Amino acid sequence: MIWAGVLVASATCYAIKLAGLSLPRRLLEDPRVQRTVPLLPVALLAGLIATQTFSTGQHLVLDARATALGVAIVAVLLRAPFLVVVAAATVTAALLRLV
Amino acid sequence: MFTGASQFALVGVVGAGGSVWAGAATAALLGSRNALYGLRLSSILESGWWRRLAASHFVIDETTAMAIARDSPADSRLAFWATGFSVFALWNLGTLIGALATHALPNPKDLGFDAAPPAAYLALLAPRLRAREPLAIALGAGVVALVLLPFVPAGVPLLIIAVLIGLIGLWGRSK
Repeated sequence: MIWAGVLVASATCYAIKLAGLSLPRRLLEDPRVQRTVPLLPVALLAGLIATQTFSTGQHLVLDARATALGVAIVAVLLRAPFLVVVAAATVTAALLRLV
Repeated sequence: MFTGASQFALVGVVGAGGSVWAGAATAALLGSRNALYGLRLSSILESGWWRRLAASHFVIDETTAMAIARDSPADSRLAFWATGFSVFALWNLGTLIGALATHALPNPKDLGFDAAPPAAYLALLAPRLRAREPLAIALGAGVVALVLLPFVPAGVPLLIIAVLIGLIGLWGRSK
């Protein structure tokens, strides 16, 4: 079942790219499409950050991950590269659980 | 599937206990931006259906950014294919190493690995927040996700957020 989902998602993600290279320009240049599509990753990534930082299962929790996210935000504001941002958050959570 | 944010999201939703179909839908919605990249790339890349089929797989943030930053179409094509092949090879090598290495880890949580995905999403999100509107959308989406979370199955808050974005995009103020 899980692999069926992975395969469908993979085929869809590929089809979206192919559509971008193949569809008539008019369709993709529609102002509503131009306005909506760039906002989707912004909203979904923000939703993922919120749910995976402040919840366990269906319960809202506040733990070491919140501090780790704070450290990651500081790293992003300092324009740290991707791996440094991720490593900073990981090390923060690990250290907090150690003490 | 070769589009990083979608791959992270699918694993993230399933890992949090969501259904694989909610994860698949989130991955597809995150990949929708790749269609707009095609708009910029279709005039640069070669024509011919088999090249288009091959090029499609490489349409990602990195290849688009490298391709449109060049001055001549030939340089753009070179940048697209060179970036595509190198990112594809290294990305999948990294994925393989990760898949093999995690078997050797006793308890990923002790090492803080559960804090890594949100930080990775944040690093992907940050470059998209340079204006006031996306910043407001991001904060709003975070709040909506947490408000919905206790009441609906895992993964569903993200789908509701996507619907809301669709409504905002279709009926929101026009510019």
